[in-house]
Amino acid sequence: MTMLLPRRGLAQILALIVILAVDRVVSPQFFDLRLQDGRLFGSLIDVLNRGTPVALLSLGMVLVIATRGIDLSVGAVMAICGAIAASLADSHSLPVVLAAALGAGLVCGLWNGFLVAVLGMQPIVATLILMVAGRGIAQLITEGRIVTFTSPDLVWLGNGAILGVPVPIAIALGMLILTGAVVRGSALGLLIEATGGNARASELAGVGTRAMILAVYVWCGVCAALAGVIAAADIMGADANNAGLWLELDAILAVVIGGTSLFGGRFSLVLAVLGALIIQTMNTGILLSGYPPEFNLLVKAVVVLAVLLLQSPKLPGFAGIMARLRRTKP
Amino acid sequence: MTLKALFAASATAALLLALPANAAELTVGFSQIGSESGWRAAETSVSKQEATKRKVNLKIADAQQKQENQIKAIRSFIAQNVDAIFLAPVVSTGWDAVLKEAKEAKIPVVLLDRDIDPSGKDLYLTAVTSDSVHEGAVAGDWLAKTVGDKACNIVELQGTVGASVAANRKKGFDTAIAKHANLKIVRSQTGDFTRAKGKEVMESFIKAEGGGKNICAVYAHNDDMMVGAIQAMKEAGLKPGKDILTVSIDAVPDIFKAMVAGEANATVELTPNMAGPAFDAVAAFKEKGTVPPKWIQTESRLLTATDNPQKEYDSKKGLGY
Repeated sequence: MTMLLPRRGLAQILALIVILAVDRVVSPQFFDLRLQDGRLFGSLIDVLNRGTPVALLSLGMVLVIATRGIDLSVGAVMAICGAIAASLADSHSLPVVLAAALGAGLVCGLWNGFLVAVLGMQPIVATLILMVAGRGIAQLITEGRIVTFTSPDLVWLGNGAILGVPVPIAIALGMLILTGAVVRGSALGLLIEATGGNARASELAGVGTRAMILAVYVWCGVCAALAGVIAAADIMGADANNAGLWLELDAILAVVIGGTSLFGGRFSLVLAVLGALIIQTMNTGILLSGYPPEFNLLVKAVVVLAVLLLQSPKLPGFAGIMARLRRTKP
Repeated sequence: MTLKALFAASATAALLLALPANAAELTVGFSQIGSESGWRAAETSVSKQEATKRKVNLKIADAQQKQENQIKAIRSFIAQNVDAIFLAPVVSTGWDAVLKEAKEAKIPVVLLDRDIDPSGKDLYLTAVTSDSVHEGAVAGDWLAKTVGDKACNIVELQGTVGASVAANRKKGFDTAIAKHANLKIVRSQTGDFTRAKGKEVMESFIKAEGGGKNICAVYAHNDDMMVGAIQAMKEAGLKPGKDILTVSIDAVPDIFKAMVAGEANATVELTPNMAGPAFDAVAAFKEKGTVPPKWIQTESRLLTATDNPQKEYDSKKGLGY
């Protein structure tokens, strides 16, 4: 686990604690928890539950960014896979629905990976294609309507609970452990970092960079598919116009807050997920605060700026404090 | 050929040409915005139904949310010499040139659902739109009447910040409840007109207001946000429609489903039938030369759980919402 949680996570943990403290101030009952219909209930659970889609997206996104790529299509892939799941939910069993939705995510990822790894397109342009076309595909699937379903199995994925823990949170946690086990339990993570650090040198050193790049886009597509299914299950319907809208930006932001550089190389899964939680803790806090909605985006921008400044190595004040903190740590 | 014969021949020709028009065979070109929402899809299908009912030949051009496509469509309608042009403008400015062309070709233009910049007022026959301030007022009046003299804390789910519909629906509701000191909006946040955000925002309202015990009613600027809010209330162990009153706007099929289940109380209809009144205005203008008022306001019907929601649901579910 020491590999998963490097000591460079201090700034993020500090930021999360500060934002949680602010949330506690604006909403005194923020940490209250109780059981409601066999499901934990409270603002803290809302943060985790609502943070799930972006956390899942960031799990895929962080690997893509580590290879010096970027995937702008994840929001659209969410819409496509949510639409597929909702259209099939009432006529097919859950395994079939999941297989179809995740399969679609995999195909989307393959497409992106093919454009980037095989055709050598710039990632931002290559994935922009699916970002634009994907929402259209989703609208074709739903015929522009909000497709609703009642299948209790799929609804459970969004609203059910395992031992009181909402299912989406359990899924996100499971995906974090699975992704961590695969990339850090083997040399895969290192090879991905090498690809992002210097693709040419890695290629010459015998790393199959093409396969690496293809693999991370596929994984990113699968993560987005899962996020899309959960988002659809949550509202018991697929809203092709709005599902996952602009979430690709939140996912990129989560990865960056998590300290992974957009220039590729070293990455951290746990910190990317922590980044997603920081964003959601802030969002939930804004909703609880009762400020007029006109301030939402402004508050968000200021907090993000503060978190990023906290990490900036060029800012002497903070960086000095952080360095000293690190040194005093045993 | 004598002058008299020529006159007679041209009169006959004119009569022959005029005959089909007299048989009420209107041809109308409709430049629709595109598929931006379920309501828009419903508007398109209702327009087709209304056209069939009146034996109007309706040509619909889908603009895919682009003004240049709408301008192209209008030019092609002018070239086809249609009897009237319906336009659901995607933006409010930039129509002067193409509407002047229509005016020169003596083809009346009717705006549907949305208005254009006031500078273009002379360029169209009439605008058939709903009054969104009035919609908010109808919702507010219903709530005031239902609550009576009881003190009532209201939470509000606003539409997208900056959208004129959201601002208007808020204004109408605020004005309506301002007359009643017992009604108070305690929380107001944007739910971006979507189910997912409506649910998320309602979850936070419930936590912030003592687990929902302090909330007496929810007002949502559209039904989709209310559908999300209803789910949030149910998951918090509250009974929407009973513990907490609900009133929203649009009248999409799913809100009637919730009403049938006793989980929603009232909605204000934004009718998808904008084409019907427009056809009537054009027919009257063509036949009798009656110039319609510059603005034809559609009815904002209040529909509650006592208005046979099952029937409303059945009549709306096939329209493409």
